[in-house]
Amino acid sequence: MDNAPLDIQQHEANLQPTNDFSSSVMAIEIGPSHPAMHGIVRFTTYVDGELIVDMIPEIGYLHRGFEKESENSKWIQVIPYTDRLNYVSPLLNNIGYSMAVEKLYGVEAPRRAEFTRVIMGEISRITDHLTCLGASAMEVGAFTFFLWFIKAREYLWELVEQVTGARLTTNWTRFGGNATDLPDGFLDDLQERLDKVKEVMVECDRLLTKNKIFIDRVKDIGPISKEDALSFGFTGPMLRASGVPYDVRRSDPYSVYDELDFEVPVGTVGDCFDRYLVRMEEVRQSISIIEQASDKMPVGPIMGSERGVHYPDKKEVYGNIEGLIDHFKMVMEGHRPPAGEAYHAVEGGNGEVGFYVVSDGSGDPVRVRLRPPCFNFVEAMPKMTIGHYVADIVPIFGSINMIGGELDR
Amino acid sequence: MDLLIEILSIPLVQAILKIVFVILLFAMPLGTLMTLMERKWSAMIQDRVGPNRANVGNYTGRGLLHIAADGLKSIFKEDTMPEGSDRFLYLIAPFFGLIAGVASFAIIPFASPIGDFKFQVADIEPGLLFIFAITSLSVYGAVLAGASSNSKYALLGGTRASAQMLSYEVFMGLALMGLFMVYGSTRVSEIVDGQNTYWFGSLIPKWGVFTQPLGFVLFFTALVAETKRAPFDAPEGESEIVAGYFLEYSGMRWSAFMLAEYVAVVSVAALTTTLFFGGYHVPWLHLWTSAPEWLVRILQVLKFSVFVVFFCWFQIQLRWTVPKFRFDQTMALGWKKLLPLSLVNTVATAAIILIFV
Amino acid sequence: MPDPASQEPQLPALTALLSGQFPGTVRDHHCHRGDETVVIKREALHRVCQFLRDDERCKFEMMIDLTAVDYFEQGRDPRFEVVYHFKSLTHGNRLRLKVQLSEANPRVDSIHDLWDAVDWYERECFDMFGIVFEGHPNLTRLLMYEQFEGHPLRKDYPMDRQQPIVELREVEERYEYGRKF
Repeated sequence: MDNAPLDIQQHEANLQPTNDFSSSVMAIEIGPSHPAMHGIVRFTTYVDGELIVDMIPEIGYLHRGFEKESENSKWIQVIPYTDRLNYVSPLLNNIGYSMAVEKLYGVEAPRRAEFTRVIMGEISRITDHLTCLGASAMEVGAFTFFLWFIKAREYLWELVEQVTGARLTTNWTRFGGNATDLPDGFLDDLQERLDKVKEVMVECDRLLTKNKIFIDRVKDIGPISKEDALSFGFTGPMLRASGVPYDVRRSDPYSVYDELDFEVPVGTVGDCFDRYLVRMEEVRQSISIIEQASDKMPVGPIMGSERGVHYPDKKEVYGNIEGLIDHFKMVMEGHRPPAGEAYHAVEGGNGEVGFYVVSDGSGDPVRVRLRPPCFNFVEAMPKMTIGHYVADIVPIFGSINMIGGELDR
Repeated sequence: MDLLIEILSIPLVQAILKIVFVILLFAMPLGTLMTLMERKWSAMIQDRVGPNRANVGNYTGRGLLHIAADGLKSIFKEDTMPEGSDRFLYLIAPFFGLIAGVASFAIIPFASPIGDFKFQVADIEPGLLFIFAITSLSVYGAVLAGASSNSKYALLGGTRASAQMLSYEVFMGLALMGLFMVYGSTRVSEIVDGQNTYWFGSLIPKWGVFTQPLGFVLFFTALVAETKRAPFDAPEGESEIVAGYFLEYSGMRWSAFMLAEYVAVVSVAALTTTLFFGGYHVPWLHLWTSAPEWLVRILQVLKFSVFVVFFCWFQIQLRWTVPKFRFDQTMALGWKKLLPLSLVNTVATAAIILIFV
Repeated sequence: MPDPASQEPQLPALTALLSGQFPGTVRDHHCHRGDETVVIKREALHRVCQFLRDDERCKFEMMIDLTAVDYFEQGRDPRFEVVYHFKSLTHGNRLRLKVQLSEANPRVDSIHDLWDAVDWYERECFDMFGIVFEGHPNLTRLLMYEQFEGHPLRKDYPMDRQQPIVELREVEERYEYGRKF
């Protein structure tokens, strides 16, 4: 079965004018309300029979004005908004934003806070990949795979809930540290659940990776070459599947990632099957990172102690008057990072999640900008899809892992 | 009393009673039960509990009342008809599937005949050909539904359905040629009786699956593709073309499509059992020579039902285990791989019969 | 006016490269918190970006981000600043490039022919700020709908402004198909 895309110019040259039933082009809306368009996007697809000859994406259905809203809030009030950006890996957004503002301040979080950030961030990354793989497998028809991955995701969300108090709207990091520490017994619970997730990964791997039907659906579908991927600004698993080993954790190491040992999986062709394999392998690598970080977990504070940057410890706030005054001033007046601009990138589930923050020294942010990784992927959708069949839109779109909150902000 | 026996011995009355029995007591109940069992058995392999909430007072029946709940809900839904659709074709399309599914029970025997009375609605000479004819009737349902709804998704689904079903019928016939050669007849009751003979004395029954293993696989695949169930449910789309050919149907008409699909599942299971797994013959029962006739008949019906339920279960598990084929892959599989295989099967069967038998 | 770049004793490498290659175009530069930033003149944008992409000494294969900042509240003129972020995979460094635009003439050259990603980023910038990218093939709104009035991320667009109601519209078909159903 030949999955390579057809030559569209050749094909269009052969098209007859209208009133010929055998070759006329029809416009279909793979529209905003569609079970496979999770995150809501609209593709106006022009098909000839089942062959796609053109596609025009339209986004903006989930635009909630994150950037405008953050300009009218205080710096600390933006952190709950960042949860809702990439809502399947909220902790990575929290971490990214906090690190960007910490860069403006020029402070770093204490060691224990960094290690716990790594653990929670990697848990978030695992949940992101599980959701992406599960949803795209479900749309290809393997419904059982999806439900097993959701079961695995539940184990991890219960962990996130133990630490942050919520499964999705975590709101966990603060500037210079974290809001809460890991509860007692967390690391043992973590290990147990990671073992269960590993079992689910093994089962699901056996179910799909060598399954001929699945491979036929995703092999050589939606390929994108290295040069095109770089030109389109791909990052993350999509770029790595095309053969470029670019990972922000390796090329611009932040937090404590340079002390941890992990591999970056790289594909060859850049089709949907490579992306699937890259994401599966990344889950395993993330599990290994979490295990290393929990072994190396230092003892210490989770929040620094510089006045005006870090919230004072609750014992201080309720204990003596200086702590109370500090806390009061910080909450009522907001943080005041010094004037300047900073761009900080973290490796999100989809790719490089970059926060560009501009401050003018007053307590109000001048600009908070998220660089959305899946923006580039949806932009490149026509390039990946034209020449394939209507039935291929679904695996390609599923492999992109478009998250509406991140795309439209 | 005598009048009653006289009336009952009219063949027409007997036929009508048999039809009523088969439809009302076997095909329809099992079909509706499958609508629920699909959800329960899929939940079983997905690590969850299926639907179990529909209740009357406090009695939930572990989900059995969902059948009634679904039916009632469908009746109360709005009966829409899309603007610009062909009214007549839109209205009659749901029923082809139902008719085809139910009609294919006509040639299936449920137990061995008692004297002159056959437990089969119609024991016609071209029984096998009747199966082909009736399953081709179900193509109309999908195609008319797709073409008459004024909708592009439905059109895509209907086109896919017509192409898929036509191509899989081609080799369904060829797959059964081998069966015809082995048992020497197209009459279904003779095929079933042929499966009551044994090899090596009384050791292994000559079931269709042992005499024609490749034929069994091909026939089963073809029938699963005919009913448009996974992995061949490209016409039904579900993630690309959002329900495909029955997109514009709601309420009881949609329910008719669903019921037709599940009745077809049951009829596929029944056909497979009849043609390949010995039909109603309980293996090795003839060794118990002193069994009373009524007990034998009951055991036969029981054996038949157990096998039918097993194959329904198998189809449902198949749907939830494997991913879907893309449509052109379905066609390529049918024409390029399975059709040559069925020809090979026919020739090989002929050769083996010629040489060894 | 003397070039501020030439008066600094020690320049970061890329800034030195750019000011050497395109003398007189570098308006300002800084390296705040380690992010190398260069502000260039509007007219030089396309040349500079082409140089950044193609030259072996910098080789920025990826355009990471393209956005704008509105300094209306700070009362600055020029009001807008279009910010480009680049990343080089061969050398591993990043660069931030800025172009300042006044409110009266918010126009700048489009660089969509250099990187494919720029297409939608420029559309979004136009949508949100009203900055016109000359030479862009399809400069229409991206996140907002077509009938939206105003440019939301400008500081003088109030948060609670109401938009007029839009009529229901039909999808235009670019190709006619053979038979009407």
